[in-house]
Amino acid sequence: MTPPRSPGPGPANRPAPQRPWHVRLGAALPLRYVLRRLAGTAGLLAVLSAAVFALLRVAPGDPARTLLGTRSATPQALAAVRADHHLDDPVAEQYGRWLADALHGRLGTSIRTGQDVTAVLGDRLALSAQLVLLGFAVAVALGLPLGVLAGLRARRPADRAVQSLAVVTLSTPVFAGGLVLIYVFSLMLGWLPAYGPGSGGGGDRLLHLVLPAATLGLSVTAVLVKLTRAAVVRELAREHVTFALARGIPTRRVLIRYVLRGTVVPVSTGIGLVLAYLLAGTVMVEQVFALPGLGQLLVGSVTFKDVPVVQAEALLIAALVCLANLTTDLVHPLADPRLRTAAATAPADRDKGQA
Amino acid sequence: MYVPARGPGGPTTPGTLLEVTGLRVVADGALSGPEVVLDGVDLRVAPGECIGVVGESGSGKSLAVRAVVGLLPDGTRTDGGSVRLRDQEILDLPPAARQARRGRGVALLMQNPFTMLHPQLTCGSQIADGLRPGAPGGPAVSGRRVRRAAERAEVARRLAEVGLAPETADRYPHELSGGMRQRVAVAAALAGDPDLLIADEPTTALDAANQRAVLGLLRRLQAGRGMGLVLITHDLRVAFSACDRVYVLYAGAVLEQGSPAELESDPRHPYTAGLLAAEPSVHERLPRLPAIAGSVPAPGRRPDGCPFADRCPHAAPVCATPGVLLRPLPHVPAPAAEGHQRLSACVRLAEIADRPGALKGGAPLPAAGPAKAAPADGAPAPVSGDPAVRTAAAPVPALLLEGVYRTFRSGAVRQAAARGVSLTVPQGRVTALVGESGSGKTTLARIAVGLETFDEGRVEVGGVALAPGRRPGHGERVRLAGQAQIVFQDPYSSLPPLRTVEATMREALAAAGQIRGASRRERAEWTRDRIGELLTQTGLPAGCATRRPAALSGGERQRVAVARALAVRPRLLVCDEVVSALDVSVQAQLLNLLTDLQRAEGFAVLFITHDLGVARQIADEVAVMYRGELVEQGAAADVLDRPRHAWTRRMLAALPPAAVGRPGPAIGPLGPGEQPLQ
Repeated sequence: MTPPRSPGPGPANRPAPQRPWHVRLGAALPLRYVLRRLAGTAGLLAVLSAAVFALLRVAPGDPARTLLGTRSATPQALAAVRADHHLDDPVAEQYGRWLADALHGRLGTSIRTGQDVTAVLGDRLALSAQLVLLGFAVAVALGLPLGVLAGLRARRPADRAVQSLAVVTLSTPVFAGGLVLIYVFSLMLGWLPAYGPGSGGGGDRLLHLVLPAATLGLSVTAVLVKLTRAAVVRELAREHVTFALARGIPTRRVLIRYVLRGTVVPVSTGIGLVLAYLLAGTVMVEQVFALPGLGQLLVGSVTFKDVPVVQAEALLIAALVCLANLTTDLVHPLADPRLRTAAATAPADRDKGQA
Repeated sequence: MYVPARGPGGPTTPGTLLEVTGLRVVADGALSGPEVVLDGVDLRVAPGECIGVVGESGSGKSLAVRAVVGLLPDGTRTDGGSVRLRDQEILDLPPAARQARRGRGVALLMQNPFTMLHPQLTCGSQIADGLRPGAPGGPAVSGRRVRRAAERAEVARRLAEVGLAPETADRYPHELSGGMRQRVAVAAALAGDPDLLIADEPTTALDAANQRAVLGLLRRLQAGRGMGLVLITHDLRVAFSACDRVYVLYAGAVLEQGSPAELESDPRHPYTAGLLAAEPSVHERLPRLPAIAGSVPAPGRRPDGCPFADRCPHAAPVCATPGVLLRPLPHVPAPAAEGHQRLSACVRLAEIADRPGALKGGAPLPAAGPAKAAPADGAPAPVSGDPAVRTAAAPVPALLLEGVYRTFRSGAVRQAAARGVSLTVPQGRVTALVGESGSGKTTLARIAVGLETFDEGRVEVGGVALAPGRRPGHGERVRLAGQAQIVFQDPYSSLPPLRTVEATMREALAAAGQIRGASRRERAEWTRDRIGELLTQTGLPAGCATRRPAALSGGERQRVAVARALAVRPRLLVCDEVVSALDVSVQAQLLNLLTDLQRAEGFAVLFITHDLGVARQIADEVAVMYRGELVEQGAAADVLDRPRHAWTRRMLAALPPAAVGRPGPAIGPLGPGEQPLQ
């Protein structure tokens, strides 16, 4: 955002000073739109939480027995669990209580370990977050530049090479790709540790996360490459790019301001989707690299029917995905002014198009 | 092959701004190898001169100017010839040097104001991008803020130059109307102060009032700046009204060159003569428009020698001799001024020019056919015998609209497309509905065939009443399909691209439940016969049936669309701007076809158009629509010769004047800063 500036010295046709940045931001991202998006996200989360809550009820068998897990199901124990979880109350009331607890960070106790679920998640969240962020960085750092390159060199050797590589990484399953990376970089070259979260400080952790993050990132890089390439090719063919070149704007400037600018909306949509996919991808990667993160916990909890943990994890991942979507929704009107007033002008445009 | 033409003036005159000689452009087909798209084009522009390049689609006019600015689309390249800008050959320059010349030496303004500007950048920043670095504030300017302020002031000045308020700088293109966008684009194209501006169909996407205003603006800027202007257009009237000299381009070659007055009154090439004759006039209704037969040949299928020979009524064996030669006219008086000599590429000019009327507009070209059943100009009664009988037998009008209202709402925005419209289209008559874009005529057309709902009022289509506020149900739709059919404007998007012509037509027949026959085989046979009959009727070759739209030309596609609409023998044919996407010569063919079909079959036509000449040519009655209201209706001759409503007069006045070398003192019906009528 540029700072406000003083009026220019135009004599007859004095230009108004550009409005200050916060005014322009307000115009680009009206508060009503933001509130509407926030409300939409909240509604979506409410629906999701209901679905997550229903997990326990839908699971086969008596919820009380499920919650007891492997402990012996004596009538006393069952009654205790029922009382503890208010299982005899109406369903709506149970849901309300569960939701209120969840909002306060009380997600129950793990059936498997008897630990507080919040604590269990907290330990693992950090590792998984690091993994996802690193993987995301790998995907974006590789996918966007390669996609732009392929788009600019469309149907030439560089494009074909990038596209072939993308197809290879896309069609390699994560477990196979991870094993290949371990084989090459840990066993053959001995550069990087093969598994585990590492012990101690940041440097060691980072070293241990390089291969998992690369595996995770590469699995989605191809998606970003394809999306970016398609967007660049489409933008290059636009008339406004030709017009920009035809009035002598330097090529580099046309590329950055006109071509890449136009790709922001489709590519940011893709990035949002990729982020959601990465969260799911941790399940496989953490298994391959023996990382005690959320993904591994999820696998363990599902096998063990540790319903409170599964519920908490499902809720967490759903919330993260919703958050990613919300971010893309808020970025779009910033990037494309047409999306700010799209609803208001659409019919007029349509009418004009036909006339 | 090509022989460069040199006038008596000799080689390059020192004052020449742009000199294009023998420009060849080839397209590298994926399978067919290189095809010559432009075969030796010569153009010359003097400083401060405005030349027009006129040609139908496929003539290569856009490619020629793209080659001049060095921005040919992928798959095409220059293959010989020379382009000299201020006496410097620029075809051989490396890309970076050419890019440096764009904006200052030559700038290109493109056709579509809706796609030419970047939707995500403000208008001001797009203009600023083209300003010469250091130009506005002088070299001493330092500091980001000062520089920005100077830039803003300069942008405001540029906006004022094209008649826009300084606030426009902070608006985004989608917030502006088409005419305003085109002005912003003009300001952006002129930001680098080019010596030569090439405008590629700058007014085609605009409505008449804006067309005239933008054209006037271009001329004024050109005169004020002493800049050269090349105006590319398919519209002879536009070129004649704005240019000093006009080149007529056809199938990749220049066929004739001269001043507008000379070209119009005394065309010296059969193609120019044909184009002029095919232009429908708003002042008289011809029994038949003298159309040029056939269509512009695709690059791979051009004949050797004169590219027009296949369609030329005067073609002789000599026309097939290779080598299109653009040369000074043999027996025309010496040029009045340097560079103003008449040039023509017709080899038979000496022979055919002597034939009386051979090169006059409205010449009895073979394609024109006998002028049978010529109705008195616009007179209501004598349409033809047969339909009159039908009219008497069926007093129910083909279309009846009474007090129809339709308002589009979106949030707080309300747009009234129809405000109490009452219109009757009698059986067997042609009614033209004319108006500017946005006047609501398309909405009305869509209401008439049940594609659009209406809020209140009465709509009856051949006795089938439509209910307000809802779309017709399935049964109603089938009955409606038998009564009324519609042909849309754009033949490139109105036919399903994956279906063959036959499949499309079969579907239309099935949708109205009209396929006859007891057994499946009988039905298939009946359908095939009916489709064959329709194709013959609309002048399409029988081989068309198995083709897909991509294999057909624009004119052929529109014929298919007409055949599809007529397949079910509707009593009412709604034509929504059916000729506005077509070239002049093809437009004339289609208008003749519609007239013939209408006379033969006796159906009624509601013909929507913005072109008053077209309306005059086809319609018995004319209704004028303005901002959702019918402001005038009556017999075509009455409305167009003696307009009563101010708006009708204004539309007639907005037509480019017949051949006046200069634009009149009035730039257009609207002031430069004024919002166009919308």
